[in-house]
Amino acid sequence: MPQYIALKDPNRESRIYSARTVAAITVVLALLGIILTRYYSLQVTEFESYRTQSDSNRVKLQPLPPKRGLIYDRNGVLLADNRPSFSLSVIKERVPDFDATLTELQQLVPITESHLEKFQQRLKRRRPYEAVPLRFRLTEEERAILAVNRFRLPGVVVDAQLLRHYPQGELFSHALGYVGRINEREAFELDETEYRGTFHVGKIGVEKFYEQMLHGAVGYQNVETNAHGRVLRVLERYSPKPGVDLTLHLDIEVQKAAFDALGDRRGAVVAIDPLTGGILALVSTPGFDTNLFVNGISSKDYSALRDSLDVPLFNRAVQGQYPPGSTIKPMMAMAGLESGLVTPESTVPDPGWYRLPGDSHRYRDWILRIRGTGHAPEVDMKMAIAESCDTYFYDLGRRLTIDRMAEYLSPYGLGDRTGIDTTNERQGVLPSKVWKRDTLGQTWYPGETISASIGQGYMLATPMQLAVATSVLASKGKRRVPRLLREVNGEPVVVPELEPLQAEQQNWDSIYEGMLEVVHGERGTANYLAKGIEYRMAGKTGTAQVIGIAQNAVYNEEEVNERHRHHGLFIAFAPAEAPTIAVAIIVENGGGSSAATPIARKVIDTWLFGSSEYKDPA
Amino acid sequence: MGDYVRQMPHQGSADLARPPSTASRLHIDIPLLLLLMALTTYGLFVLYSASGQNMGAVVRQGRYFAVGYVILILGAQVSLQRYTRWAPWLYLAGVATLVAVMFFGVGAKGAQRWLQIGGFRFQPSEIMKLVVPIAVAWYLSDRILPPRFKYVLVSLALVVVPAGLILQQPDLGTSLLIAASGLFVLFMAGIGWRYIFGAMVLAVASAWPAWMFVFKDYQKQRILTMLNPESDKLGAGWNIIQSKTAIGSGGWEGKGWMTGTQSQLDFLPESHTDFIIAVLAEEFGLRGVLFLLSLYLLILLRGFWIGLHAQTSFGRMMAGSLTLTFFVYIFVNMGMVAGLLPVVGVPLPLVSAGGTSVVTLMAGFGILMAVSTEKRMVVH
Repeated sequence: MPQYIALKDPNRESRIYSARTVAAITVVLALLGIILTRYYSLQVTEFESYRTQSDSNRVKLQPLPPKRGLIYDRNGVLLADNRPSFSLSVIKERVPDFDATLTELQQLVPITESHLEKFQQRLKRRRPYEAVPLRFRLTEEERAILAVNRFRLPGVVVDAQLLRHYPQGELFSHALGYVGRINEREAFELDETEYRGTFHVGKIGVEKFYEQMLHGAVGYQNVETNAHGRVLRVLERYSPKPGVDLTLHLDIEVQKAAFDALGDRRGAVVAIDPLTGGILALVSTPGFDTNLFVNGISSKDYSALRDSLDVPLFNRAVQGQYPPGSTIKPMMAMAGLESGLVTPESTVPDPGWYRLPGDSHRYRDWILRIRGTGHAPEVDMKMAIAESCDTYFYDLGRRLTIDRMAEYLSPYGLGDRTGIDTTNERQGVLPSKVWKRDTLGQTWYPGETISASIGQGYMLATPMQLAVATSVLASKGKRRVPRLLREVNGEPVVVPELEPLQAEQQNWDSIYEGMLEVVHGERGTANYLAKGIEYRMAGKTGTAQVIGIAQNAVYNEEEVNERHRHHGLFIAFAPAEAPTIAVAIIVENGGGSSAATPIARKVIDTWLFGSSEYKDPA
Repeated sequence: MGDYVRQMPHQGSADLARPPSTASRLHIDIPLLLLLMALTTYGLFVLYSASGQNMGAVVRQGRYFAVGYVILILGAQVSLQRYTRWAPWLYLAGVATLVAVMFFGVGAKGAQRWLQIGGFRFQPSEIMKLVVPIAVAWYLSDRILPPRFKYVLVSLALVVVPAGLILQQPDLGTSLLIAASGLFVLFMAGIGWRYIFGAMVLAVASAWPAWMFVFKDYQKQRILTMLNPESDKLGAGWNIIQSKTAIGSGGWEGKGWMTGTQSQLDFLPESHTDFIIAVLAEEFGLRGVLFLLSLYLLILLRGFWIGLHAQTSFGRMMAGSLTLTFFVYIFVNMGMVAGLLPVVGVPLPLVSAGGTSVVTLMAGFGILMAVSTEKRMVVH
């Protein structure tokens, strides 16, 4: 027992323990002091900064996208509106298991590979905590399914947005253009503030040209949200300014008449009001359903449109450049009169061909193939226009020379963009010696003047340019930049007149006489149009060669590949006394002008009377 | 030998002559019990707000507390003599279950921590938080204190075996807590300062090799995140940024009960479990934090007081170790939520929602009460 006492000393142990307790308490107090200091520094010293941070956590500045302006035709028919559409979006930061959520969503609603592909692209350029759309246009049923499963899918949101809709679909595809989702390049170019909250932008056509007006101004609201981004209440609100509503000159009935008359052929119709320069119809066929593009077209649909031989995405009315052919003859005649080279009475002998002095090459008149001879031994201006005599204009062209030809034709708007308020307009070609040297680096050959004088060779014009030229003829020289836009929020848009084309009144009358004869004359090239007509229409037919025809070769329409047939053209205005409409029409590979002429009658009838009884000649 | 020591009269036991009160007959330390009740009540109030006014969560936690108090009272009834008698068997059984976890354990997120027996699932490492200090205290209680070097070595072995087994589950947090609870026994036993400082130097020196070879990537990430939460704002740094914002924006007065925007609008993750102190700090402000720290400090001081008045070296060492372990919970949790320490899964004791830690902590307080009332047993 004594050895235990000697070895284990409770008093000493107790003393040591007390000392250790003191040490422990000291350490505990020191560490608690550190903790307290930390909390003091967070809660007192840095209180302001953390309070700000906490507020900015819960208060979010939310952009309020403006409502896009509507587009109407001249009669108030809606051409582009906005419809509520429900889309399925994902906030990646809020999704615990991203892949699992996508798989789950795929089981709930149809989601194709193409959706996923586009979704991944959008995902790459999102802002943090931004809801990235995965599916658009959810059906009622899909929305219900998602609502039921919502609690299992954090970070998945179904939200409503106004989506562009084109009730007329294909009919106005090229006239209006369309909006589409903002792509990377556009995101870079557009004003970041104004487009915060906007997902669509005009891609082409009127939608793009008037993007700024249609878009409106963005609004903002301060909202209190929880960590999942759900809005709990609105603290402050600055309303967005909606985009302005646009009324176009387009007339849905005229547009429809042109569209239906073109049918399944490739071609373009432009109708213009010569008094105002307003575009009454702008059709390019085939068209396409613009609604497909609004939320990103599927690659299948897109490649079908892109790869079609008929190039439906190509706006023939402003992008298509065609040899204007004989449609320039009235303008050539005017050049002859104004330059004093011809008078209405002066004549040119017509054996059915023309030969340059000192050259054996025969430039044939189109009539030669049909009659084996010319239009008449001597052809005057009226006959030359009415029967589209090539020989008369070969001679005039040669005497006028190519450079003066360009000088006289350019006021009609040829060779230059018309400035129409849409996108992608091409300028065509009004050839001259300078043009050829600058563009091709070659000298001009006299034979090329001969081709140019009947609108062939290098000369190219868009249907829009031809319509504007026709409008200049119809208004006896008044020139205006053509416009699709008629009214903005009910206020008419006035287009300033350009410097007019000066010409003698009797010269206009002479031209009109010839053009009236085209339709109303016994031997007019479009005389079948006069059947049952109740007004006077002035017009000019045209045919554009697609492939060159060798000397002495015979063009046989039946044997020629459909794609190599001539383009049919026609320009016209009516009523001749006080024209209210001018049209230019092209039917690709129509074979000849007779493919185009009936379209003009139907379009003009519809404009003047609201409908057309005209039947195509069999 | 142990029996003999316990029968030695002790100075300061002036109240030996007094008849035992009901509390002491029930082995209840009234001040400690009152403090615990104040703490758990405060905790339930915070939890109600932190869980988004979910009464269900409060009732559930209340039930855990009820179970905890029952375990506390039951644990207090067991004499220290019995704890020492059971110590080696408890220890062997504990280590055996840890080995079993290694082979038959179930778990989640790459960690094997649970043992499933029928429908009952439990975490052996949790029990070891008590068993390890009991075992070390039992082992040292028969030795002359301060212990000689070889006893220190054996004690360390008793600590290292379970701590190592838990480390490889892997569960760094629990492993460190268990190691600490064992080492605290050694500290209270009075091992020389040279051991303590030596161990500290060794720890600092081994920090670099540990970083290179021992720590797993996610553990390194937690440390890096603590040092610079902004580096991963939406990922691992989110918790720390949000909890610091919650604490800081509470200010002195707090935003008011149930009106903390950080916690009520779900910005604060784990708001009712490991990060509950951020809710308290946001809604009750620094005042609320001070009140909580005062409660904790009083509990700690009471624990030390019980240790100082314990009759046996076993009781003393247990009281000291349990009190210090309780403190480690507080320090690690409050430190990590405030961005002072890396994020490890340590709850705020008796405030965070959850049953496991409540049971362990209450059992610990039960032992503490057994220590505090042991001296009266000597009379009988």
